Amino acid sequence: MKAFVLALCAAVVITVGANLILNEIGFSAQDTTSSPSVRLDSDS
Amino acid sequence: MARLIALFFMVFALPVLAQSVDRPDPNTATTGPATQSLDDILRRQDNLKVDDSERRAIIGGPEYAPSVDSPLGTRGGASDSDLWRAMRFNNGDISTQNTGPAATVLMQDAGMWWLDIRRGPLQTYGAYLLGGTLLLLALFLLIRGRIRIEGEKTGRTIERFKAFERFGHWLLASSFIVLAITGLISLFGRKVLIPAFGHDAFSTVAIGTKWVHNNISWAFMVALVMIFFFWVMHNLPDKTDLKWLAKGGGIFGGGHPPAKKFNAGQKLIFWAVIVLGGSISISGLSLLFPFEINLFAHTFDLLNGLGAPGWVGMENLPSDLSPQEEMQYAQLWHAIISFVLTAIIFAHIYLGSVGMEGAFDAMGKGEVEEQWAREHHSLWVEEVKAKQRVQPGE
Ligand code: HEM
Repeated sequence: MKAFVLALCAAVVITVGANLILNEIGFSAQDTTSSPSVRLDSDS
Repeated sequence: MARLIALFFMVFALPVLAQSVDRPDPNTATTGPATQSLDDILRRQDNLKVDDSERRAIIGGPEYAPSVDSPLGTRGGASDSDLWRAMRFNNGDISTQNTGPAATVLMQDAGMWWLDIRRGPLQTYGAYLLGGTLLLLALFLLIRGRIRIEGEKTGRTIERFKAFERFGHWLLASSFIVLAITGLISLFGRKVLIPAFGHDAFSTVAIGTKWVHNNISWAFMVALVMIFFFWVMHNLPDKTDLKWLAKGGGIFGGGHPPAKKFNAGQKLIFWAVIVLGGSISISGLSLLFPFEINLFAHTFDLLNGLGAPGWVGMENLPSDLSPQEEMQYAQLWHAIISFVLTAIIFAHIYLGSVGMEGAFDAMGKGEVEEQWAREHHSLWVEEVKAKQRVQPGE
């Protein structure tokens, strides 16, 4: 049971972590295909 | 009177006149290879293959160019029609300051067959496969019932999986189940969920499921590598597997065929998870980083080289793919293999829980009833006991 709960926690941590890392390295199609002068989001 | 006679002759002569005009044969009428013929159009309407290889190539070029000081000489030998044709068939020499990998493809005409498959047979057959598997499992439960521990329970337990093994299994299982649910939501959104819940509700759900699906995939990949290393040594095929399979795992001939730590059925599950799970991971990465990882042109090339399509009476597979086509194939492959693995996993979950008394404890507690182990994994129990005799007190 402990292994199961730990695995669920790990899944959440990896999921959130993956998102942070990928955003950090600028992986999104929006980042890889446009230059800084292009504004696709209203908040960037 | 003379007029009447003249009219009479004219009326009768008309059909003759009409017949004497040569009507062009519609099947051969053509204005040259640069334009499509009526035959081409009719074939396309009938969904038949049209040979437009000649037309695709007519895009002008320096070899046709008149000298620069003559009229049109500055066009590099390409007329307007040549330029448009080049764009139509994605043969042009396009340059752009957009850094996107597929930005130089202005027209991609191989998308419809993919869209038709994705919204048609992929969903229908996928639903049949999963529904049919659930139905079969329910039938199996009805007819065969739960596989019980037959002998007297001993009350003693044997350790079957250590905590880190169970951790790996549950990381794999929880991420896979979330991936399956969010993946199905993405696939069936337009056809099932939008009509049922409306665009606004589905938009929120779709944004959420896409985020979860993309990011939890890493947990699945990490866990896949973990369980591969944990269990690969126990899953190499050997002679006991043949005997186990010959008896259908005990369905034919009664009794429990001997098995080591994993029986042949479990080994099949293990390798299905590794191979299909691995393939889903790779095609998934290709979808996650669009246009960066192109798998299919190369694979099709290899298969064509082997002559593989000929074995099943097919023509060579296309190996000159636009970046978009690469993504289309990746999507279909990812979805089809996922459906297959999900169906297999349904059977696995069934046997690991309701289907077999005593099985869940192996992954739940890590300890199994000794009698369960003797019935299902007799050779493994002997190995464990032998080790315990060598190292007493462990
Ligand atoms: C709620 C869902 C699940 C349950 C209840 C479950 C249960 C189990 C149990 C009890 C075992 C140990 C069998 C034994 O002692 O011999 C096991 C093994 C295993 N599980 Fe699962 N499992 C689940 C989901 C998954 C998923 C989603 C995957 C992969 C995507 C998976 C992959 C495996 C593999 C590869 C093994 C080892 C080989 C085998 O026993 O077949 N499991 N599971």
